[in-house]
Amino acid sequence: MSGDDILLRVRDLRVQFGQGPQAVRAVDGVDFAIRRGETFALLGESGCGKSMSALALLQLVPRPAGRITSGEVWFDGQDLLALSEQQMRQVRGHRISMIFQEPMTSLNPVMTVGEQIGEVLEQHLGLPRRARRDRTIELLTDVGIPAPARRIDDYPHQLSGGMKQRVMIAMALAGEPDLLIADEPTTALDVTIQAQVLELLAKIQRDTGMAILLITHDLGIVAETVDHVAVMYAGQIVEAASRRELFASPLHPYTRKLFAAVPDRRKRGRKLETISGNVPPLNRRFTGCRFAERCDEAWLRCREQAPAWTERETDGETHGVRCLRYQPGIEAPRVVSRPGSETGSGETKPASASTLLTVRDLKVHFPIRKGLFKRVVGHVYAVDGVDLQIADGRTLALVGESGCGKTTAGKAILRLIAPTAGEVIYDGQDLARLPADELRRLRARLQIIFQDPFASMNPRMMVGNIVEEGMRAQGIGRTAEERRQRVAQLLEQVGLPPEAARRYPHEFSGGQRQRICIARALAVEPRLIVCDEPTSALDVSVQAQTLNLLKDLQDRFGLGYLFITHNISVVAYLAHDVAVMYLGRIVEQGPVDAILDDPRHPYTRALLSAVPSLDENGREIIRLEGELPSPINPPPGCHFHPRCPDAMPVCAERYPDPVTLPDGRVVKCHLVGD
Amino acid sequence: MAKRSRPFWLWPAVTVLILALAWWQLPAQFGVRPVYLWTDRLIFLLLAGALFLGGWIRRREHLRQPWVEVFRQRRAMVALVVLLAFVITGLLDSVHYRKPLPMVDGQQGVQYSVEVVTLLDELLGTLREGTEKTYSAPFAMTQLARETVTLPDGTQSRIRPRLRHGGAHLTDPSQRGRDILASGLAGAAIGVGLTMLVWLLLGAILSRRWQTSWRAALTRIVHGRTEVPWRAILVTAGSLLVLMAMTALWSRHWHVFGTDKVGEDVLYLAIKSIRTGLVIGTLTTLVMLPFAILLGIMAGYFRGWVDDIIQYLYTTLSSIPGVLLIAAAVLSIQVYIANHPDLFETATDRADLRLLALCVILGITSWTNLCRLLRGETFKLREMDYIQAATAFGVGHFTILGRHVLPNVLHIVLIIVVLDFSGLVLAEAVLSYVGVGVDPSTISWGNMINGARLELAREPVVWWSLAAAFVFMFALVLSANLFADAVRDAFDPRLREQSP
Repeated sequence: MSGDDILLRVRDLRVQFGQGPQAVRAVDGVDFAIRRGETFALLGESGCGKSMSALALLQLVPRPAGRITSGEVWFDGQDLLALSEQQMRQVRGHRISMIFQEPMTSLNPVMTVGEQIGEVLEQHLGLPRRARRDRTIELLTDVGIPAPARRIDDYPHQLSGGMKQRVMIAMALAGEPDLLIADEPTTALDVTIQAQVLELLAKIQRDTGMAILLITHDLGIVAETVDHVAVMYAGQIVEAASRRELFASPLHPYTRKLFAAVPDRRKRGRKLETISGNVPPLNRRFTGCRFAERCDEAWLRCREQAPAWTERETDGETHGVRCLRYQPGIEAPRVVSRPGSETGSGETKPASASTLLTVRDLKVHFPIRKGLFKRVVGHVYAVDGVDLQIADGRTLALVGESGCGKTTAGKAILRLIAPTAGEVIYDGQDLARLPADELRRLRARLQIIFQDPFASMNPRMMVGNIVEEGMRAQGIGRTAEERRQRVAQLLEQVGLPPEAARRYPHEFSGGQRQRICIARALAVEPRLIVCDEPTSALDVSVQAQTLNLLKDLQDRFGLGYLFITHNISVVAYLAHDVAVMYLGRIVEQGPVDAILDDPRHPYTRALLSAVPSLDENGREIIRLEGELPSPINPPPGCHFHPRCPDAMPVCAERYPDPVTLPDGRVVKCHLVGD
Repeated sequence: MAKRSRPFWLWPAVTVLILALAWWQLPAQFGVRPVYLWTDRLIFLLLAGALFLGGWIRRREHLRQPWVEVFRQRRAMVALVVLLAFVITGLLDSVHYRKPLPMVDGQQGVQYSVEVVTLLDELLGTLREGTEKTYSAPFAMTQLARETVTLPDGTQSRIRPRLRHGGAHLTDPSQRGRDILASGLAGAAIGVGLTMLVWLLLGAILSRRWQTSWRAALTRIVHGRTEVPWRAILVTAGSLLVLMAMTALWSRHWHVFGTDKVGEDVLYLAIKSIRTGLVIGTLTTLVMLPFAILLGIMAGYFRGWVDDIIQYLYTTLSSIPGVLLIAAAVLSIQVYIANHPDLFETATDRADLRLLALCVILGITSWTNLCRLLRGETFKLREMDYIQAATAFGVGHFTILGRHVLPNVLHIVLIIVVLDFSGLVLAEAVLSYVGVGVDPSTISWGNMINGARLELAREPVVWWSLAAAFVFMFALVLSANLFADAVRDAFDPRLREQSP
């Protein structure tokens, strides 16, 4: 990589937290370069140092805990690390700006959007008041905010999540930067909104020619939007190449594993590749390769000699990798492929016919109370007539964007939230109307796993007691000794040592915690587990472990899963049936293959098209305008018609009746059937 | 954590058992008649509770860790040493008994004095007994006011008479300065000696724990190369010891803080007030905690009508001016006590009941704050996934409250209890000043300050009562506040999360 078109060159950047031998070297010798007008991605799992590298570019490493110990950051002929704080302020927001992951907390809630953008304009461009306002409206128009002249005086809480991220982008653009650092800009957003934001960034890049440094953990996003990729692991870049090159022939074992761990349809029935172990703690000195402990292809030398950066030229492009296997002059032993990873249950499992749980016309309405006497002035129609059937040993995926009511539906089925109307039939009994003590006995049969493995365990209890809790409540295991043995057995089933029982949750990583939660649910021998986004807080490699475990348990115990998720690739990998939810109702429901191959409802189609995929062949994204309407007063007629690309006049008039298609699926759309 | 040979309550139980036995049996050995006041019982109950809690916390890593952090802070430990000095004084002052009267001829059985004394009184012997006629200034040899006395030759003269006790051992008044200096220096020497002794003892104990030689342990303490700031602790304890030894030597012949209107030694009064302050500060919390915790977490957890009732209760209570409520309650108790003199054996019994009543009333008026905080926290907690998970297992409501909610709000309880302590000590002073506090016969800083109201208007000004009360209260409240700060820093999750 050479030439004048290089905008940013980072050399041997090191960031360290703490002092002495225990210091955490979060970034440990990172080199990369970004050309003008290109999109460069730093890809890595959480804790690999990618965000810290970006913060270090702007000298924003949290002080005094952390400091930049060495390195050069050449930006447009200036070494940024040599600048004083005063000079840096001219760079931040003006030459280089940054957008963050969480749009909710990145905006000041007590200032209007216009004031916040205006502040940047005043600071860096010195525009007078009137010009500032005009320019702000222009910027808001650029980022696609409808009615910007009105929105300029709104406060952040009046905007939705996607809108806020757009405002953040407008703020970042206000200083007319040459480089935009986007730190996980879409992680907190839904897929349809994510597609909108990514497209917006691409459009802005085309218009202004600025470069983007994208920090992400999502391979799908990288596959779609990026020119160059650098893969980070444990504080170092382990592989860097153009996107095409990297996706065509990933070299580093870590990168290859990462690709293999992403669930998708073709991997159905097989176990996902997982990376064993955890990211090593960065507070120690490494002698060998940092990945050696988790690498299937490592040999003795990997643990003794640190691999050097090796570059290869293919088709005039450089492909760099940090692995002994590719280092010249080193004879690497042949890789013995492990046969074990391919075995799995296969798709051969017969679909058992017996229905485990039937949900009929489930409704959850939350009253909105106002005024002195708390009169009910309206309802939030969170779940508004949901019908589901879950069979023994099968997985039903409930898919939808955040706010569509899928989690509420899951909790209402277990009566963790009281349903307003409808039936939940399990074993001939209606759970929704069962007296409290009878329900309590039935609870062992129906369990739940939550999204956030950090919040779902009492931090004040030891893991053994956490797993045991359900057994005690349900009277499983008569003596303490019996329960203790069962806990040890359960922990083993989910791949944890029995000693884990005597430790506290905070001593475990996210993936391990999620496994403890699964062990806890299994303890009461349930028939059905509601999995509420169990993998969305986890990294790809850990997600693969969890999905493997869930699938394995299903095969062994014939569990039924209600899998609530927004991640389509997980659905494609795991589910047997899919129900797509939009604004409290199910719009399309049926076998997974039918729906993924040939979605009939326009919303399903848009949702599937918005998912970034690893396949290179271009696909057309059906762009949805706007965002999910409020469930307080849903649009009349079909809820989806204001955003539907195929809306007809009848759509605004009445809600479509369910149509059952020959392949067994149910669609609620006027386009289908009539 | 691996070995669980002993239950956590073993050592606390043994300690409590020994204490209880001593309390029950020892008085008879010394031929005195024990008086078990209500506040005494509660204080020792509290002490036993604290011991058990300590044993329990030691076994819980997540609870132990913040305390370890507290024990590593220099400021907190300095404050703790001062606090401990106060607490020990208060505990000594909580062992009440009546001494037997000398046998009179023909008497059936032993008669006991109506005067109730404490262990502390025995230690302070000369302070308590060396009373004067009226006011005298600190380190004075003569009364403050002139008095008409009849001289041996029959003439009358207005002079300041010599004190019965203060400086009575000196015949020559010009020796006063030298005597004060000499006994001060002697006291300081004794104090320094005691400190050295403590240092050597500490070195011996710590050398066993660190498995080093005694000498190495001693130098390590001096150089401050220890996790727990032993050097700071030693310096504080040393200064306290020097101060105490000097005061002790002085008060053999002098009134260090002068005397009050009826000639009682002001230092004695100030020391005796410590117990009152501690009782108010601790027992009030004891009274308020069950209300605040139970109602607070119930309101937050059950919501609906339970929340409505509890909220109604505490908003009503907290909108009545506290002083008004306290005044009304105290006055009605006063009337009750006055109408039932037969219920109380001694005046101390009576004053004690009023003190307890004040604690209860203060507790009832001050639980609302904690209750409100706990309600809010529980609101947040009940939406946590682990509580939902427990519900999904069919765990009962009160089990959830006990196992999941309570342990997760305990840090708030702890912070509030420690913070409230100093506020309550000050509240006692204010209430007694207003006249609705403790019984006038109870020795308390509030009563001392109340008395000082008139003394400050005298000519010459009698400032020492106020000053003594101020110095003691200030030391107690300041150390309590410093300690509370450290506790809050260690337990507040928001402050803790900042360190990676």
